[in-house]
Amino acid sequence: MTIPDTTTTTTPDTTVPETATATTTTWEDLVTMALLGTDRRAPAPDLLGPNGPAAGRDAPVVLLDAAALHTVRRRAGLLPAPAAPVPEPAPRDDRPALPGAAARRLTLLLADRAGAGQGSGGRRGTAPDLTELLPQWLAAANEYGYRAPATALPALLDAARARTDLRPGALALAGPRALWLARLNPEWRFALRGASGAGALPSPADTGAVRRLWDEGLFAERVALLGAVRADDPAAARELLAATWSAERAEDRLMFLDSLRNGLADPDEPFLEQTLADRSRNVRATAAELLSALPHSALAARMADRAAGCVALDRTSGPATVMVEAPHECDAAMQRDGVVAAAPAGRGERSWWLAQLVEATPLAVWSGRLGDREPAELVALPVADGWQEELHGAWCRAAVRQRDPAWARALLGPPATPPASLAERSKLLAVLPAGERARWVADFIAAHGLSDAFQLLGVCAVPWSPPLGRAVVDALDAAREAGSYPWSFSGVMGLAERCLDPGEAERLELPAGAPGEREGASPGSGDYWAEAFQRLVATLRLRAAMLAELIPSPAAP
Amino acid sequence: MWGLCKGSGSRPYQTVIDTTGPAYRCSCPSRKFPCKHALGLLLLWAADGAAVPEGEVPEWAGQWLAGRHERSERPREAGGRTVKTVDSAAARRRAEQRAARITAGAEELEQRLADLLRGGLASADRGGYGPWEETAARMVDAQAPGLAGRVRELGAIPGSGPGWPGRLLEECALTHLLDRAWLEVERLPEPLAATVRTRVGLTATVDAPPVRDRWSVLARYDSWDGRLTTRRTWLHGAASGRTALLLSFGAAGRAPQPGPPAGTVIDAELTPHPGAGQLRADLGEQFGPPVPGAVPPPGGPVADALAAYGRALTDDPWLDAWPVTLTGVIPGPVPDGGWQLADADGGSALPVAPAALARPALWRLAALSGGAPVTVFGLCGHRGLTPLAAWSPEATGAVPLT
Repeated sequence: MTIPDTTTTTTPDTTVPETATATTTTWEDLVTMALLGTDRRAPAPDLLGPNGPAAGRDAPVVLLDAAALHTVRRRAGLLPAPAAPVPEPAPRDDRPALPGAAARRLTLLLADRAGAGQGSGGRRGTAPDLTELLPQWLAAANEYGYRAPATALPALLDAARARTDLRPGALALAGPRALWLARLNPEWRFALRGASGAGALPSPADTGAVRRLWDEGLFAERVALLGAVRADDPAAARELLAATWSAERAEDRLMFLDSLRNGLADPDEPFLEQTLADRSRNVRATAAELLSALPHSALAARMADRAAGCVALDRTSGPATVMVEAPHECDAAMQRDGVVAAAPAGRGERSWWLAQLVEATPLAVWSGRLGDREPAELVALPVADGWQEELHGAWCRAAVRQRDPAWARALLGPPATPPASLAERSKLLAVLPAGERARWVADFIAAHGLSDAFQLLGVCAVPWSPPLGRAVVDALDAAREAGSYPWSFSGVMGLAERCLDPGEAERLELPAGAPGEREGASPGSGDYWAEAFQRLVATLRLRAAMLAELIPSPAAP
Repeated sequence: MWGLCKGSGSRPYQTVIDTTGPAYRCSCPSRKFPCKHALGLLLLWAADGAAVPEGEVPEWAGQWLAGRHERSERPREAGGRTVKTVDSAAARRRAEQRAARITAGAEELEQRLADLLRGGLASADRGGYGPWEETAARMVDAQAPGLAGRVRELGAIPGSGPGWPGRLLEECALTHLLDRAWLEVERLPEPLAATVRTRVGLTATVDAPPVRDRWSVLARYDSWDGRLTTRRTWLHGAASGRTALLLSFGAAGRAPQPGPPAGTVIDAELTPHPGAGQLRADLGEQFGPPVPGAVPPPGGPVADALAAYGRALTDDPWLDAWPVTLTGVIPGPVPDGGWQLADADGGSALPVAPAALARPALWRLAALSGGAPVTVFGLCGHRGLTPLAAWSPEATGAVPLT
């Protein structure tokens, strides 16, 4: 809006008779007069009118009269301003729109996020925790390939900004229009970089553009680019990296090298072997770790040679026993292959070196070296001189690194044995196929209850398979029977709300509807359990409704 | 809507709800209103319309509904007669007393403004908020809440950032204009006199004939001034072409009357308040529940909006903003940190009013537009536009921006 130029205009004489003569006093003059006060600066003669002060009006009133006239005239005469450049139109998004009910659900889920701060301190009551359902909702909606409603984009971007775990899902749903919007608001810049900012990256096939961005882009853009190219053509990514390798900074080299973890394969070996001679110790260690995950690599073979020299089978006295002779020194060649010479505090140097050798050795070596045995048999072999813990620990890390299900299964052992290191077990579980993983955890819960199950449940596929879901529900019911308080199990409860198959809601009706309190139970626990089960059922119902809303209606084109 | 709720007694409670009110009746002894039975019934209905199927109206529900309907008819027939039957002499005396008090207040305020300008506005910056608050209290004593409100706003201007002396002078001058207008209100033509009375803070006597129409509910929003929650609802009638403003108030943190929800259309009667350039109206009888489908009033480019505001100022020079519809505008931020709504097919733009810049709804408007033209309903004033609702092919129905 502009203010029409009032400095030279004449006052319309019909409005205020006192100023019927041509006026030369501008609005700025009036403001100055008002700021200083009429005692210091008297109104100009033209304001006082033909009769001057004799009109009987005080100077301040004359000033106010003139200012009122100016104000109303200015407001009534406002004109539009020349427009600043308008934003470019957003790219088209041809994905289907969300069904109406699902769009309303999204608004609710996003709105709950905004108000989540207040309720967190108190008891949770029976209402489902909507915030925790947002990731699932986003994943399900993205599976159908919907596009988010335009008006939900700001809330989606805000949610993605606050929670990095939501970013990929939220940005995928939000689509190109959200990236267009993010360019207008500095708070949403995050959407334009990072792996999910794919809209801003050139297509991996466009080698010229890829090369240009790789040479000139910011670090974050380059990491995203490398990831995208690696996903499309692993060799092309490696070549891109090799071309500029020597000029990169050490921290950047480490990050770039780490992105080769995706799609790691034998052709990567020569490049990795080269980087074993890198200036940076961290880069060398990462290269060695990556190489050891390639069982056919030269490094793996060298490690196998060294490890085989340390571990042997002794058949001389009684049953076959594994004998361990830890290395006596960590020579330059070992260090070049990524073995760290200095042991952490509290660990013997020799056992530290041994652990690193075994960890990097292809597991297949052992069945030959230790008498043609299956992994399970190898794990069962007695180990002499108290080396068992060290050796098995190293095998565990090797099984995880080489993603070897047979060894993972053997090292996990039967679920009924007392829990050893849960962190180790959950890592081993992640190597097993989803169905087997769920069965193992179900058996574990049946044997040991829920107190140690949280970490293991975290690696199971969602929704939980029926046997696993039943095991968890039975264990929760048993805990209620035993009379403990439900918040001792709040972690598992929360997981169950998110991960149980929504179809289990029917089976849960019974515990939810039976608030009976057993003798000897903690006081009031029955009510709390009823509440916890009600929330569980409500959440499962909500999830079922949520997923049903996303099913495209047959009427839609 | 009606239902039976099994309580602790032998007879189930009979609950009836009239959704046009909304109004409630229940045979339970609860003193809470609406009672839990009515709320439960409403929740059932809101969650799933099919939970409350159509059916024959039982006698106990029908009686009450018929009674309500009859009562809502009655005041219309009675019309102004009931108003006139009150003791007119006593009322006139009271009105005269109040007018005299307001006149004393307006004279005092004139004196205060003259003193301020004699000493200079620069001193207003140093005085702080205290003197203004005191003057505002004097205006409340003078039974002129309109003047009191203006004075309070004057007190806030020195702290409102660069350019405040000009804004303070503008508002002082308009307050002075209102004072002068009140002091000579008898000489003003009637529509303008009514406007002056309303601006000073007198409650208008509403005796105009009601206007029945299908009113689109364009926007509904609350504001809180530390004492009172004010709910504003903007309506536009399809047949009458009128734009109207409903006001309802909630004191001390209470919610105001709900009123019709934004984005719906109601078939209802509105009674306009008197006065030139006044859009306020009272909601009368509603002929059925609100249905979705609010449509924007006819609009035009940004120049038309400013022209409409300018024309409205000739009726009411104290207007801060005027409801307008902009068609074919592209919203977006501009380099200096503000926002604009630019004509899609021309070089003109209207800034977004500074008070509306902090609203997250602006980003919703930008997302809705995606750089393409949209239709925006809002309030156009001397500091720019406050967007209230938008329409775009990207979304069904009106998108609220409040």
